[in-house]
Amino acid sequence: MKLARLGDIVQKVRSKNAGPFWLTIDIFCGDSDVYDQVVNTLSTRQVAQVFDVATQEIKRFDIADLNVVKFSLPRPFIQGARVDRDIHGASWAALLAESDLSP
Amino acid sequence: MVRVLVPSGALGLNYDAVALQRGIAAKPDIIAIDGGSTDSGPAYLGRGMSKYARSSTKVEWAGLMQARADAGCPLVIGTAGTCGADSAVDWMLDITREIAAEQGRPVKVAVLRSSQHPAEMAQAFTQGRVTPLPNAPDVDAALIESCSNIVALAGAEQITEALNTGADIIIAGRTTDTAIIAALPLQKGCHAGGAWHGAKIGECGALCATNPQSGVILIDFDAEGFTVTPLADGAKATPHTVSAHMLYENSDPFILHEPGGHLDVSKAKYQPLNDTSVRVTGSEWVPSERYTVKLEGARGAGFQTVTMALLRDERYVQNAQIWADDIVGKCSAKVVDRLHLEADAFSIEIRLLGHSASFGALETKQITPTEICAMGIVTAKSEGLSQEIAKLLNPYLLHHPLTQEEEVPTFAFLFSPPEMPRGEVFEFTLNHVLQLENPMDAFTLEVHEIG
Repeated sequence: MKLARLGDIVQKVRSKNAGPFWLTIDIFCGDSDVYDQVVNTLSTRQVAQVFDVATQEIKRFDIADLNVVKFSLPRPFIQGARVDRDIHGASWAALLAESDLSP
Repeated sequence: MVRVLVPSGALGLNYDAVALQRGIAAKPDIIAIDGGSTDSGPAYLGRGMSKYARSSTKVEWAGLMQARADAGCPLVIGTAGTCGADSAVDWMLDITREIAAEQGRPVKVAVLRSSQHPAEMAQAFTQGRVTPLPNAPDVDAALIESCSNIVALAGAEQITEALNTGADIIIAGRTTDTAIIAALPLQKGCHAGGAWHGAKIGECGALCATNPQSGVILIDFDAEGFTVTPLADGAKATPHTVSAHMLYENSDPFILHEPGGHLDVSKAKYQPLNDTSVRVTGSEWVPSERYTVKLEGARGAGFQTVTMALLRDERYVQNAQIWADDIVGKCSAKVVDRLHLEADAFSIEIRLLGHSASFGALETKQITPTEICAMGIVTAKSEGLSQEIAKLLNPYLLHHPLTQEEEVPTFAFLFSPPEMPRGEVFEFTLNHVLQLENPMDAFTLEVHEIG
């Protein structure tokens, strides 16, 4: 079975700063079928691996009313630090959108 | 009922003039606009300056000062000048004086200041009155004292003090985004959960509606909740657009911490009132035992010089990472040797734009692009040192070969000279709260009659 990329099945993956120390990622699934698929196949552990942070540091919200799955994590680098590569934190969404969902 | 008119998510982003007129005709009790955020990075707080052009700020602020006079209500800006430090507040006050003179209309201006003395904050830290929030960086008193600017985020209590002066215009330093909207409804006895929730929904202007660029919205606060109405043509608020806005730039979509307590929207009900308005009830305000305000700090993190070269030769594009790593190693050794610096006294980095600059080692895509921009970033303790090291890097970016055997290559420089000094760079230092006995303890209020 061909693996589906997260970004190919959902409406939108958005990442933004939630202050200088946190990154928040909103996955807008569009409808309840896709929402169920994402909830059942995208593990918090996989998100942790994509961003190289510890699983227990990630806050996860499965919000059925909005068909949204939200993850908040410590920013991979503090906003604007010398090693930071994205002041506004919006690029990070692409990394998650391009990752494969388990079948 | 208290009616708050929000012209846009931030002064400097422009607003729809026709929609603003509709807002004035609706007789608001206050006009509230945000002036800043940390979202553009640490340099604005570090330098105490605004991100937006003075000309844009002046044109938009003049429009709002006129709107205030027409509506006959107070006008408040929070986090003036992007960072809300005293120097940015003074910049905003200066613009306000110019406009008042040009409009020929005297105004009473209350100025709420949020800047903190780094030495006093270092002492408060030592005394245990400054405590970390989740994922705060490690700090000590010396580091806090080395900040170029520290601000405390004012809440509704401090904005209410400013409103009580009877000022026409309030220019506030750093505040929470919501405090400038929530303060008047709270003072007039509206539902506390509704006041904070409505303020959070409204703080980005029409971002909580369709046609988010249109800016202008009206929020009506009452004893049970609030109603939000976007005012631009074609803009509609729906239960989905309004509730989804709690996701935006929020690490927790249900809880929002403010000075003196937190907002909990997990039981909020969102109902469509008509085609454009949404009514929200059931939001809860939970007061805290201690009164704390959040602190933001920034300090100098060295001086930076940037330089770049373009790789277009196929073999070099394919081997760009090896080439860049080799340059960083060799050039760093040369800096230690020629300038007698310790290896941790400077940093040389090469980011490969078009290849892996967004995510570095976390990048998962492996493709060969047409060309790559190799951006050298040199950071050191002084401006002179940073430029000197960038000059040591120059011959490598121009001529460094992949192997010793081949003819010396030459890469494309875009400019002469290629080194671009970025001046002093800054870093955020604090994700902490300061405990206060009295909400005004860390803030000052002054009143100016101008124009």
